[in-house]
Amino acid sequence: MKRPPLVPLLPVVLALVWLLLNDSLAPGHVLLAIAFALLATAAVRPLRPLPAWPRRLHVAVTLCWHVFLDIVRSNIGVGRVILGATKRQPTVGFVMIPLDLRDPHGLAMLSVIVTGTPGTVWSGLDPATNVLTLHVLDLQDEAAWVHTIKQRYERPLMEIFE
Amino acid sequence: MTTADVPLWAALPAALLLVCGGLLTLVGSLGLLRLDSFFARIHAPTMGGTLGAGCVLVASMLVSSALAQRLVIHELLITLFVLITAPVTTMMLMRAAIRRSRE
Repeated sequence: MKRPPLVPLLPVVLALVWLLLNDSLAPGHVLLAIAFALLATAAVRPLRPLPAWPRRLHVAVTLCWHVFLDIVRSNIGVGRVILGATKRQPTVGFVMIPLDLRDPHGLAMLSVIVTGTPGTVWSGLDPATNVLTLHVLDLQDEAAWVHTIKQRYERPLMEIFE
Repeated sequence: MTTADVPLWAALPAALLLVCGGLLTLVGSLGLLRLDSFFARIHAPTMGGTLGAGCVLVASMLVSSALAQRLVIHELLITLFVLITAPVTTMMLMRAAIRRSRE
């Protein structure tokens, strides 16, 4: 059983962006933000008929924190690889990861997380088999990558979007 | 507005963050030079785009909040836009490279 949707993502994000852009929480701006968000959402509906309805926002908060930690960690990792590159070039390689996540917004988030983290780049998803091809800068342990992607990112994304 | 107007509690961490961000971006760009294949090089500039840019933006938030005597956080928008645009370019480059290496 799916729980009822919690937040319509697009209008909320648009309203927040409006308020941040104007750097103000004055009532007038809040009203304008709401009006703008609703109008823009209605205007783009024909372009993208499938709205994103994330649930369980506490999972998203944990996920963001994990992503932040991983970005910091892999920045250090990639920095080490680069500074050590005169002695040893990294062993680049592709990892195939079968995914269970099917929701397009979840997949989009996953691709941004994976590519935004230094050291890994999303290099394609087979729509028929749902197998993700991941490119890794310094490939040592393939199973560890599969485990990280599936447990650390895919599971919370499935909880949020499915 | 002179630099002396920035209080010490904001100036010190901001300076530290700017140095860190600069170093991270420098190392990331150095990767373009030191790594030998395209597939290795594609990972290097991400460092400047994530933590490198992040450090500079946090430093900017600190200094402008201190100067304005209130919370200034619209730099968060830059983080958001960098985070949703930079990976798209990387993915396109990656797909193009894969396609070319198959030919």
